[in-house]
Amino acid sequence: MSSRSPGRELAPPRGAGVPTGVPTPAGTPVATSPAVPFTRKPEGGGRREQLGSLLFLAPAGIWLLAITIYPVIATFRNSLFDESATSYVGLSNYKAIFSTASILVNFRNNVIWVVVFPFVVTFLGLMFAVLTERIRWSTAFKTIIFMPIVFSATASALIWRTIFDLDPHVGMVNAAVQTASDWVNPPGLYPVSASAGQTVAGLASTGLSPGASGSLQSSSTVAAGDTVQLGLIGINVAALQVVGAQNAVVPSPSSGGVTGLVYRDFSPSNPTVRGQVFPDEDGLPGLHLTLLRGDGTAAGSTTTDQHGDFRFDNIGSGSFRVQLDARNFRSGFTGIFWLGSQSVTPTSHLSETAQALLSVPLVDLAMIVAYLWMWAGFAMVVIGAGLTSLNRELLEAGRVDGATESQIFRRITMPLLAPVLVVVLVTMIINVLKIFDIILNMAPGSSQGDASTLALAMYNDGFTGGIHSGLSSALAVILFLLVIPAMISNLRRIRG
Amino acid sequence: MSAVTVAPAAAQTRRGGFRLRPSRAVLDIVLAVIAIFWLVPTIGLTIISLRPERFFQQSGWWTVLGAPAQLTLQNYATLFSQGLVPGGVLDSLTTSIAITLPATLLVAIISSLAAYSLVFGRWRGRDVVFLAVVGLLVVPLQVALIPVVQMFRGFGGLTGFNPYGTVLGVVIFHVAFGLPFGIFLMRNFLAGIPTELMEAGRIDGAGQWTLFQRVVMPLSLPAAMSLAIFQFIWVWNDLLIALVFLGGNPHHPLTIFLYDQTRTLAANYWVISTGAMISILIPLIVFFSLQRYFVQGVLAGAVK
Repeated sequence: MSSRSPGRELAPPRGAGVPTGVPTPAGTPVATSPAVPFTRKPEGGGRREQLGSLLFLAPAGIWLLAITIYPVIATFRNSLFDESATSYVGLSNYKAIFSTASILVNFRNNVIWVVVFPFVVTFLGLMFAVLTERIRWSTAFKTIIFMPIVFSATASALIWRTIFDLDPHVGMVNAAVQTASDWVNPPGLYPVSASAGQTVAGLASTGLSPGASGSLQSSSTVAAGDTVQLGLIGINVAALQVVGAQNAVVPSPSSGGVTGLVYRDFSPSNPTVRGQVFPDEDGLPGLHLTLLRGDGTAAGSTTTDQHGDFRFDNIGSGSFRVQLDARNFRSGFTGIFWLGSQSVTPTSHLSETAQALLSVPLVDLAMIVAYLWMWAGFAMVVIGAGLTSLNRELLEAGRVDGATESQIFRRITMPLLAPVLVVVLVTMIINVLKIFDIILNMAPGSSQGDASTLALAMYNDGFTGGIHSGLSSALAVILFLLVIPAMISNLRRIRG
Repeated sequence: MSAVTVAPAAAQTRRGGFRLRPSRAVLDIVLAVIAIFWLVPTIGLTIISLRPERFFQQSGWWTVLGAPAQLTLQNYATLFSQGLVPGGVLDSLTTSIAITLPATLLVAIISSLAAYSLVFGRWRGRDVVFLAVVGLLVVPLQVALIPVVQMFRGFGGLTGFNPYGTVLGVVIFHVAFGLPFGIFLMRNFLAGIPTELMEAGRIDGAGQWTLFQRVVMPLSLPAAMSLAIFQFIWVWNDLLIALVFLGGNPHHPLTIFLYDQTRTLAANYWVISTGAMISILIPLIVFFSLQRYFVQGVLAGAVK
């Protein structure tokens, strides 16, 4: 940044009238008066001069007529024709759009974008604009927030695709969730991966049966003086090296207590024999064990040593069971598929059409986050320009009259700022109605169909595998009709 | 500006206002955290592009903070060493420039001419034409894609030159959809030029072209600059128009280069990140060197 005074670079433009109601630097909100009044009446000038004036307009006029206005009309026509634009089909393209669940998904996504994004981005922009008025480094802050606006949606999508990557070694969000999750719920030494089809019960081989809530317990009861041998199978060899397992040793009995061994019930030299402890079998260290009374309460707990041995001393009389706690088998966090199409709202019990209309895929929210990162700076700068041009005397008058700061904000600042907030909202609504490249680049192939919007469907339908005109043109016409309210509101503002 | 709002904030606390007003230090910390959050994606992209590929799946880019020796320019060297092959990054860079420069200059020039006519021209119907331009501001470009492709092909059938699939075709379409905003911005700026200045010129016997060249153009240079920068970044970042109008052309702009990389396997992350860095470098330079003009363009173009 240069040595300019703070805020100067992000100051509102001079002289540039704004159609959308952004207050001009002079402090006149445009919403109540036309940006630039139509005062210069066409008068005087000979025929030759009039012709000269029109020549200045000619390049733009021809360009707009040929490449904008005529094509708009042609698209309306094409939307009533078949895909090669040759035979008239009436409204059947529109009927197809509104009766196909996979196309209705596009409408739903447009609705999600329009309902969520403009309001959140305007709120963020307002918050940033108001808060930066109170800090000394506001220019630096505004620059940082505003900077992503010059990045292409394509590049931004790729950045955020990495951030939301499934693998915690790549994706920052999942790395953060993993850190938090492992801190609250540390994974066990012998994790059971449900996604790989493993179950805790499947680990039991010798002397064990499934216990309560994901634990294992000895099949037979034990009493003081007993020694038990508990065998597990399906234990990862690599995991054994990590925990430092040594060969299994059957412990000697202890009077007044229970001793035992938990071991890997697989011998490379006798691969088919189960239930017998061989010298080349490993003990399983670090297992958390609980001694359960007959009523299920805990009588004691311990951990196995390097050889898989454990002992419970002085347990008294009665019969017990040895439990291998569930936490030994808890798997670690493996990543949330943020860019997947799983719905945030519960809709799996609904019909296909209802699902298409009512589910909110997670990928939509992830993309909205990325888009907020891109556009919050825009909202902040436009609202900030509006704040700067507010009539300070009104605020001062409010303070002199004893209004609290929050009263001033709600009763004076907000109403004065309302036209600017509407401009940002409308601009962002138009923007997300046409949203295209962020979806094409951020939603992976598996969820792109569920994340698709009207503009993307229009492209996919019209331009992949040759050019197909009919349905695609109808989608374009619908997009056009959706922006008409914004167009009318702009025209009203300009005319005053 | 801050003095005005902060001083009464303290007073308000004394009066026991119901809204909790954070102290300056708390605000500084909260905004610093937000600023860091906003910077992290860009920093991440930069570091990924500077890390050799083999580290990518092993550990997150943030681990580089403990091992800065991993950083090299190797990815850039590899990408640029492909030279100007179609689909290579250098070829894409030149294609992006070949599209963006003419599309920007044409919009700036044609908009200035049209704006002059709309403000100082002596013909009836100027206001109606201006309103039409305002109406065109929000027209989604999707509405024009298919008919323009058909027109280009028809033109090719008639003359033997088909702009579809060429850089020229992309430029023609970009100009059409840059003009409404360009005319709008320039017209509003020119409307602020004092009439006396123009009348003085007229009395001195200057023709319209002379007035445009000698009086209007020098005065409207800042506005033209805002427009040019805005248009430059808009065209540079476009994906859709290039995808549609370049058709099977092997020379792609950077946005299509990146898009193509995402279509292939994820193993190309290093190409994607390095390519993305290259693609945002020029907009970033423009942003930091000409930020004031860019902001003016953004503020004026809040409807686009």
